[in-house]
Amino acid sequence: MSETGGVPAVRVDLSGVRRRLDGTQGRTYWKSLEELAQTPEFLEFLHREFPAQASELDDPRGRREFLTLMGASLALAGLTGCTKQPEEKIVPYVQPPEQAVPGKPLFFATAMLDRGYAKGILVESHLGRPTKIEGNPDHPASLGATDISGQAWVLGLYDPDRSQTLTYRGEIRAWTDFMAAMRNALGAQKPRQGVGVRILTESVTSPTLAAQMRELLAELPAAKWHQWEPAAGASAATRQAVGRPASVQYHFDRADVILSLEADFVVDGPASLRHAREYTARRKRPGEQPMNRLYAVESTPTLTGAIADHRLPLRPSEIEGFARAVAGAVGGGSGAPAPSGVTGDWVAAVAKDLKAHGGRSLVIAGDYQSPAVHGLAHEINQFLGNVGQTVVYGAPVEAQPVDTMASLAELAADMKAGRVEVLIVLGGNPAYSAPADLDFAAAMDRVKLRVHLGLYADETAALSHWHIPQAHPLEAWSDARAYDGTATIMQPLIAPLYDSCRTAHEVLAALGSKPDRKGHDIVKDFWRTQLSGDFDARWRRSLHDGVVAGWTPAASGPAASAGADAPVAPRPSAPATAPGTLEIVFRPDPTIGDGRYANLGWLQELPKPITKLTWDNAALLSPATAQQRGVENGDVVELRYRGRTVKAPVWTLPGQPDDTVTVHLGYGRTRAGRVGDGAGFDANRIRTSDAPWSGAGLELSKTGETRALACAQDHWSIDQNAEPRHLIRSVTVEEYAKEPEAIKEMAENPPRDMTLYPNVKYAGHAWGMSIDLNSCVGCSACVVACVAENNIPVVGREQVAKGREMHWIRVDRYFSGAPQHSETVRAHFQPLPCMHCENAPCEQVCPVAATVHSDEGLNDQVYNRCIGTRYCSNNCPYKVRRFNFLLYQDWNTPTLKLQRNPDVSVRSRGVMEKCTYCVQRIEQARITAHNDGRPIRDGEIQTACQSVCPTQAIVFGDINDPGSAVSKLKAEHRDYALLGELNTRPRTTYLAEVKNPNPELAGPAGEGSEHHG
Amino acid sequence: MADHPLPPTPPEKPPLSADVSAAIRGEQPTTVHVPHPEMHALLAPGHDFATVTEKISSIVLQKGTPLWWFAGFAVSFAVMNVLLVSICYLVFKGIGIWGENEPVGWAFDILNFVWWIGIGHAGTLISAILLLLRQEWRTSINRFAEAMTLFAVACAGVYPALHTGRPWLDYWLFPYPNTMGLWPNFRSPLIWDVFAVSTYATVSALFWFVGLIPDFATLRDRTSNRFAQHIYGMLAMGWRGSARHWHNYDTAYLLLAGLATPLVISVHTVVSFDFAVGIVPGWHATIFPPYFVAGAIYAGFAMVLTLAIPLRKLYGLEDFITTKHLENMGKVMLATGLIVAYGYMMEAFGGYYSGNQFEAFMIKNRMLGPYKHFYWALIVCNVISPQFLWIKNVRTSAVGLFICAMFTNVGMWLERFVIIVTSLHRDFLPSSWGMYHPTMWDWSTFIGTIGLFFTLFFLFVRFMPMISIFEMRTIVPAAEVREEQA
Repeated sequence: MSETGGVPAVRVDLSGVRRRLDGTQGRTYWKSLEELAQTPEFLEFLHREFPAQASELDDPRGRREFLTLMGASLALAGLTGCTKQPEEKIVPYVQPPEQAVPGKPLFFATAMLDRGYAKGILVESHLGRPTKIEGNPDHPASLGATDISGQAWVLGLYDPDRSQTLTYRGEIRAWTDFMAAMRNALGAQKPRQGVGVRILTESVTSPTLAAQMRELLAELPAAKWHQWEPAAGASAATRQAVGRPASVQYHFDRADVILSLEADFVVDGPASLRHAREYTARRKRPGEQPMNRLYAVESTPTLTGAIADHRLPLRPSEIEGFARAVAGAVGGGSGAPAPSGVTGDWVAAVAKDLKAHGGRSLVIAGDYQSPAVHGLAHEINQFLGNVGQTVVYGAPVEAQPVDTMASLAELAADMKAGRVEVLIVLGGNPAYSAPADLDFAAAMDRVKLRVHLGLYADETAALSHWHIPQAHPLEAWSDARAYDGTATIMQPLIAPLYDSCRTAHEVLAALGSKPDRKGHDIVKDFWRTQLSGDFDARWRRSLHDGVVAGWTPAASGPAASAGADAPVAPRPSAPATAPGTLEIVFRPDPTIGDGRYANLGWLQELPKPITKLTWDNAALLSPATAQQRGVENGDVVELRYRGRTVKAPVWTLPGQPDDTVTVHLGYGRTRAGRVGDGAGFDANRIRTSDAPWSGAGLELSKTGETRALACAQDHWSIDQNAEPRHLIRSVTVEEYAKEPEAIKEMAENPPRDMTLYPNVKYAGHAWGMSIDLNSCVGCSACVVACVAENNIPVVGREQVAKGREMHWIRVDRYFSGAPQHSETVRAHFQPLPCMHCENAPCEQVCPVAATVHSDEGLNDQVYNRCIGTRYCSNNCPYKVRRFNFLLYQDWNTPTLKLQRNPDVSVRSRGVMEKCTYCVQRIEQARITAHNDGRPIRDGEIQTACQSVCPTQAIVFGDINDPGSAVSKLKAEHRDYALLGELNTRPRTTYLAEVKNPNPELAGPAGEGSEHHG
Repeated sequence: MADHPLPPTPPEKPPLSADVSAAIRGEQPTTVHVPHPEMHALLAPGHDFATVTEKISSIVLQKGTPLWWFAGFAVSFAVMNVLLVSICYLVFKGIGIWGENEPVGWAFDILNFVWWIGIGHAGTLISAILLLLRQEWRTSINRFAEAMTLFAVACAGVYPALHTGRPWLDYWLFPYPNTMGLWPNFRSPLIWDVFAVSTYATVSALFWFVGLIPDFATLRDRTSNRFAQHIYGMLAMGWRGSARHWHNYDTAYLLLAGLATPLVISVHTVVSFDFAVGIVPGWHATIFPPYFVAGAIYAGFAMVLTLAIPLRKLYGLEDFITTKHLENMGKVMLATGLIVAYGYMMEAFGGYYSGNQFEAFMIKNRMLGPYKHFYWALIVCNVISPQFLWIKNVRTSAVGLFICAMFTNVGMWLERFVIIVTSLHRDFLPSSWGMYHPTMWDWSTFIGTIGLFFTLFFLFVRFMPMISIFEMRTIVPAAEVREEQA
């Protein structure tokens, strides 16, 4: 034993030592003064060195007892070791939050933003954790539905890769440091009216932010406010067409005949949810109400084209000519004779149909079309008397409607010229998303002080001095306006996950005279000036409803001062290019948009509605063009456009116009986060500011490399095999009127008693679902909603490529027509959840009875019992079962745990899972109804896929109740069971597609009548 | 030597071994009964009880183990360890290391399970059915065919146990009283499989072991190694070769043969139910049970030949496993191969004649789809190659038979691939179609089971009599003489 090893140095009590030495007799040996003094420390040391009860070992009786005790305590230690619970502090609420009942979610109204425009949402909150987003039925742009990005917003909040700290040149700094730096910089600018200050925002509809900007610009009159929205709407084109800044509202519910000029109105744009609802409402109950008719002209396959009655693929340069021809045929001012070829008949037929429905027709030009096309659409609408009927022009909604491309170009020019000293980027990622010719990243280098506010430490943050983590809209106060001007006050659902998060409001306040104000105060103080009467009551009402009732903005600010110009006559822009030269089409990605959602795994893994690609973008070519150029799926080609090149894998897409290559923006991110980095290629690198959406002169050359793309659905060529199977059943209105029974009879319907097992009687509820293929637009929001609701993991690119995606509901896409003739090609969509077969093939073969039937007809999967033989999946003819081949669920990331729905089991490796008809929602409704002492009402249970559906194509309910909505739909002649000939007796059935083609356009493009899925 | 076990009907006086040898040499043709010509073909001339015992037991008891045995064992053992590594990684990581996906939920796992189980069929068939049918030519091949059966079943057993997502819960497949109050789902063919395969494994093991008891006693008596004496002594279970022993033994053996006989039919029938009960086009066919049983016997005999031909060469057992044996096995292969070919034909015909578009597509997809090479290779291996067995020169040539057997081994593997993978990968909804590609771990597990098989087999040929000594002695001409006289 060392002298003092392990013994803390203590002052030795020498007098004590003396006393003890005095008390002993004979020679006493001691090793240290501590020992001699018998200090407590020494005794403890001794005790530790020689374990307590060690002396017992010498005593036979004591030893036995010792061993007994030790044995028992070891056993007990072992037992507790098996299930060691983490230490938790239980603290009761002193004052529980209002209405917070554990297990019962609360819903709060706020809004999600689509290019700055609000779409109302209700956020489900479990004890303070937002877990799921639903649409706000009271909001005009939502009507209770959301789009795919809205569903993924909640994942965006919890994204572990979100920026978490305020940094200066990469080093962590305090907010006060930032404020000091701003004070210095702006203080220097102030005497010069802020001539070197530029503020770059995204499209802004927020009245509060607009007021703040005005205030700041009043302080610094020479400063400039720029806006950049990579996939901006058509406000600039509308302004030219109408002659003043205006918002356009389309009323599809009033339109009998619709001509879409490359407008993907059912999924794209701030009003898409409403458009989809209104458009499909006119296609429900065919035969009972007159159906509308949609002609879609498009330069790349869109969902609108897929659901149209007639679809005409044109090269981008031909669209304007087509519009001009229609205008001419209808009788508008800037018309021109119809071009030759297939479009000739089209023009005549469309024009005739439009003219026959003056005032009840609608021509809509897409957001990515030139001002000329918008002008022509406006002309036709005006001529037909649609303006004021189906097309309504209102006051602009954006705080400052500008052509954001021009705005960004001006900023880039200023930066290059060294006129910008302070650049403040409030949201957005221009360093990534700016067109290549602006060379924005290089231009940024010339700015002395660069500030970036963003959710991620992205490409722009990397080029900025200051980076401020942005508060996610679900954790901050703000406001926004919908497409029709309705304002929503956005309220936080949770305190910011990271302390240094700030909103644009707070950053702007820091730049101004009242620096340290909280977002809540800024927003509330603004609305105090706006709402008359009892402010507190109106404020609370607005927060509760998710819309600010009875408010119109004061006619002030930059928007109104823009004044009215004369409408610009639509001049011919680009001449149609010769066939054989390639044209390029740029579009925001169907799932991750302009790249802002690149790090959201839900959206990366969501199959793109038409291509069914995941985790990648591609150069989309028509099969004919691909064959002609000698390229196949996955061949990497070099795209050379205006002197810039990018390498892209090829994907052949039936329906794509020949000699036209579509590339999607949003991929090729380098600083998106762990999920988004390295996925796809960056199409911005060949995009230019003068022709942001399409252009001619693309060159394509093979590189010899290949890239295996992760496609969630097999190659399109197999789809010819789908046709005789009658999976998608499609008839025309005339056929349906003539022979309504024909749909059911397309395949055999075995009698109900054709089974060895006794028929089961479902006495109580019998849950069932009806999916209307005539309403489904293929948007895939149901898939993301299901992912969010049911804790479905993201598996990643490699696993999708292997065919192991986990989605419980998928949207099957089939093509009809001849792939080599793009004008004949049509896409069809079929959402496919579990069919909940009454004769479920999966149940019979499970050896351990892990999948069994409930007495209400649900096909239940018991995760705890499942051992994972996968026999059920093999035997499922619908292949809706999903197996956890590996540990797909993230069990570790703390923020992701917050997102999980506490009502749904989180599945681990080795078990099968599948759609449950949202059994947790059924049980919630059952409990509520039971507590209220009443039966469950029809419509009270909304499955996640149903509630998100913009077109109400999915209806769920009790098929034992003849009055339920689902029973009524199943009683329609259109109702059919998918693979019903197998006698699986699915509870999910489909309503057939009914198309309304123009009889004058029958022929190769008159598709509905030709095709029976 | 004096107390070594004797055949069931021991001659009252010692066999006239010298006389027999001499007779065959033609020295004293008049004094000895000339053996039946057919019997003659099953055992090379010149053997008596002593030479048979000596020859077979010496393989086990010889002092110097041949170098090739060590080489072969080392390679097999190394490959078996690949299986060990694969299994560890599988349990650690999950089924996802294999290539399965949606829609192909089963691939190499069930494929190889069926392949191995099929191989295992020949053993029981040879032991039980041929015994009951008094096919004496079975005698020299039944022992190692039974061993092969056991080892193949062991290899097969690896798969169903490990192919589940959570293999540690496999015991839920057994009906045992439990606190969950749950039985397995008796409607599921996988449960039938559990019973069929476990019964088969048990009965095969019993049959094999019971057959070994007299031979263990022989080894016990002949070895000079104390340790071996103990081990073989324990395994011999006190066998002394008394008449009562032989009497009980014969009864037991016959009963076991009776028990095992239905298993030959039932196991692969039940295995075929895994598919036939499913509704997948390409699985859901009434022809499956007979077609699978025939396929199994076909595969089993191919594997017996694959093992027998090199073995008889290496150990110089041409005397015991004669050309006659090889030819008979060739004939069985030809017959079962024709049944299998008929099965393929009926599948194709059924696809066309059923008028069912899913069936029709299935067969078209097999022949012309992305896995068409597998289908046509299967036809070459299992339909074309056995046709050479019509030719007597091929049937009686070890090399020719070995080549045919190898084709069959591959062909039967392909058959299961075609049935399982190509049926699953494109079933009802084209939207869910996919492709299956085996991964490195699929291969390593498969190759590893081959290592396990050969490891066990090498141990078997080294430490146990690979040919039944006592049964061989019953076909020694001397024994035949007695029987005919009696």
